[in-house]
Formats: sequence, structure tokens, C-alpha cells
Amino acid sequence: MPSFAQALQNKSFVVTAEVGPPKGTDVSRLLHHIELLKDKVDALNVTDNQSSVMRISSLAVCRLILDHGGEPILQLTCRDRNRLALQSELLSAWVLGVKNVLCLTGDYVSVGDHPQAKPVFDLDSVQLLRTVELLNSNKDLAGHDMQGATGFVAGAVVTPEADPIEPQLIKFEKKVAAGAKFFQTQAVYDLEKFKRFMDYARRFPVKVLAGIVLLVSAGMARYMNNNVPGIFVPERLVEQLAKAEKGKAIEVGIEIAGQMIRQLRQDGICDGVHIMAIGKEERVPDILAAAQ
Amino acid sequence: MIVAERKSFEQIVDMLSPFERVLVVGCGTCVAVCMAGGEKEVELLAAELRMHAQKQGKTLLVDEVTVTRQCDKEYLEPLAKYIDQYDAVLSMACGAGVQFLAERYDDKLILPGLDTRFIGVAQAPGQWEQRCVACAECILDQTGGICPMTRCAKNLLNGPCGGTNHGKCEVDAGKDCAWTLIYRKLEKLGRLDLMRKIQPPKDYSVATKPARYVHPAFHESQQTSAAE
Repeated sequence: MPSFAQALQNKSFVVTAEVGPPKGTDVSRLLHHIELLKDKVDALNVTDNQSSVMRISSLAVCRLILDHGGEPILQLTCRDRNRLALQSELLSAWVLGVKNVLCLTGDYVSVGDHPQAKPVFDLDSVQLLRTVELLNSNKDLAGHDMQGATGFVAGAVVTPEADPIEPQLIKFEKKVAAGAKFFQTQAVYDLEKFKRFMDYARRFPVKVLAGIVLLVSAGMARYMNNNVPGIFVPERLVEQLAKAEKGKAIEVGIEIAGQMIRQLRQDGICDGVHIMAIGKEERVPDILAAAQ
Repeated sequence: MIVAERKSFEQIVDMLSPFERVLVVGCGTCVAVCMAGGEKEVELLAAELRMHAQKQGKTLLVDEVTVTRQCDKEYLEPLAKYIDQYDAVLSMACGAGVQFLAERYDDKLILPGLDTRFIGVAQAPGQWEQRCVACAECILDQTGGICPMTRCAKNLLNGPCGGTNHGKCEVDAGKDCAWTLIYRKLEKLGRLDLMRKIQPPKDYSVATKPARYVHPAFHESQQTSAAE
């Protein structure tokens, strides 16, 4: 299987998915998801204390993915580590075989399960991307030479439907300038709006993978519309989910996701998709089947 | 100015419970303005403490005095005449004032009556908002006079995070997103070029605690006095 870097360069449509490390040391379910997905996608993102909830580190799970023959993307947030720890984590990831990193700001600690924690945010996502670029050139953030450089493919995130969008686009451009080679977007559901974003993003030398979050119920869709910044599930989709037989809404969600992916691919709208089936990772193969 | 909030009556009663003779010392500057530890607040608290002790059948002497500022030595000096009469002193100053009082009277137990909140402004009557974190390296020239170190929960320097929503902050929807404010201000000024510039990581070495600052005009006199 080609590496993620090769896939980004050569494949017309790249597919990544996300796995979330567990809280606690029982990794059986996680390993099951890794086995299930590793050959069906070009890379697997591993979240970093997702939603500020304490779990196994992204790096440890990235290594587990490598052990099982998959290709990981290390997600690294600025919330829990200062610049020493971030650089140390990046060097450690590289020597353990991780080749891809997604640089994020990170959710605030108050949304998670240790709201009393001291938030760090020593760097921001743009500065973290710059740091990766420096480590790739055998320098650290303070300008010191190192013994052995990294060679990461760095990525970042963007919210194509943020409101207001202009400050978000300025940051997008800064991330490109700071070395981001690929973007995985916040969930998109409105193809027309996303096309407009892509008309803009196409001007930059980066690959864009559209975020696909699996909808499992009308309630979830409404919840995201009301509570998750930058996510807008059109009413037409919410109705489709609401009309589903009891217990069957997830099948509708899989069909919606599959159809979205199919259209993005057929129309060449973007360079791939990033599937987030939060808690329903075992259904990702069904989404991929629905996308055929 | 420094904005502080008085500790709850229960907390204060609890702190003072081992003592029979207490001096409450107010501070007439910042905390008087924000109605936490000025003359009026001291008077009210002292009366409340006396009434409470009486109801509990407890012996408690509470005296009160408010000085101009507890962060200046000259205003602490007059207390020397009578401070020994008390078992404990409740300082109604910010954390700096409490400590300065404790340094001056190092054989006295000085207790804090307030929780110090932030450096801020009076946004509306009875409402104060934080505006400065004293980062020791002001960047307001780059951000249209709106401080992301203070007003962005994540002190981001290069634009908003993905949590910003309709101009509000992901941490508290009741608060403005600093970077949306900065964007709008710079747009109005025709200076969005400032926002497009990649800001390097902050230099936290300049804000190493505990900080000290000597005015240039006083460098020489301090060196002389140190040599003496």
C-alpha cells in the first residue's frame, strides 16, 4: 500500500478515517477498529485527548497502528503541552515511525472531563505548523541544530462553513504559509457551500479532504446544528433521518455519507474525504461501500 | 485597575474563627472603586461580623481602618501604633496589598478578605471586565487595540480557533470571540495586513515570576544604596 504522502500526491481521491484512543488500558475495541479499517483507508487519524477528555496518547495509538500494518496521522493539539513537550513529542513520533501530523489548537479544557486543568496553549496551530517545518529542516524552535531531522507531512484543519468566514480564511492562508500540505475540514453537509469554499481553496498548493461526520439520528443532527460551531446539517437531511424507522436512522446516515462521498469524488470537488464515525467506527466500511 | 471580589461571609467567618480581636483593613484605591474592599465595604463587613458573633454568643472585637493604598509603604506605617492589639488582621486589599501588609508586619497573621480577579475596566455600573494579563510585552499595536492574550481563552496569536461561533467564544457563548473583534476592527481600519502576518511564539521569559521593575531614573540611586 502506498504511504499517505504518496497517496496525497498520486491518488485522485484520498480517504482517511479517525480512531479515538480509549480512556483506560483496554485497547481491544480500538485494535478491532484498526484491523477493520487499516487496509480500507489511506491513513488513520488518531485524536489527541479528543474533546479535552483524558485518554491514551495519540502517539501510543499511532504506534499500535504501525504495529498492525496501518498508516497513522498523529493529531497534536496545543492544549496540553508547551513548546518543549510538543517538539519532544514530534521527535518521538518520528523515531517511532509516524510520518504524518495534523496540527490543531485543541478544544478548551472546560469542555472536557478535567475542567480544572491548567490549559497550556504556549503555541497556536500556525506556530505549531512552523515548528514541524523547522524540525523537518533539522532545527528546533529556538534555532538550535539537531542530530537528525524529522520528515513529517504536516496537515491542518479548517472550517469551511465558519461564520464569519473571513477570519477563518486568513488563518487558513497562514496555515498554508506555515507549511500545511493537507487540510481535513470540519464536517460538511452542504455541497453547494462546500464547492464555493473549494473554488477559493483550489488557489493554494494544498490537498483538501472534506470532513464527513456520520449522522446517526435526527437528534444528533439537530444537536450539532445548535451546538457545534461551523456545522450545518440542512433541514432536508434532518427530515430524512427523522423519517427513518426506529433504530434505522444510522442506515440513512450511512447512505447520506456515502452519497456525499460519491458526489465529491465523481465531480472532483476536493482531493478526498476524512471520515469521522465518532463511536461507530465499525460502520466505516459500510460508508465506503455506500460511496461506491 | 485591579478588580477583586469579596470572599463569602462564611469563608471570612471561618478564617476568623480562632480569633477574638480582629482588625479589618480596607484599601482605598482599586478595590474601593470595584466595591470590594473600600471604606464602605469594610464598614459593612465589620458590622456584619460583630452581629454574627453576638448571635453566636462569641466574644469578638472588630475594629476597622481604611488606608489609601496597601501597596505603598507610607500608607502602612500608621498601623504600627495599634496593630499589636489584634490577634489577626483581615486585609481587604488585592493579593499584592495583603502581602505587603504581611511583609511590613511580619509577626502578625494577615488574612485575605478578597479574591483578586484581574486587571480590568468598568464596563457598566457594577460590571468589570478583564483587559490585560500583564504579559510584559504589549502587542496591541498588531491587533487593533484588542488583546488576544487576555480576551482569547486560548491566547491565540494568529487568528480564531475553530470553536468561534457567530462572533462568540466556544468557552462561553456570552463572551465575544477576540479574533472576530480584531478582524472587524482591523477591517474597519484598513489594516487586515496586520492579521495576515504570522506572529511568532510569545516570549514568556520576559514575564518570569516574580517580576521586578526599576524605573531608569532610579537605577543609579538603587545601585548607590546597594553599595552603601
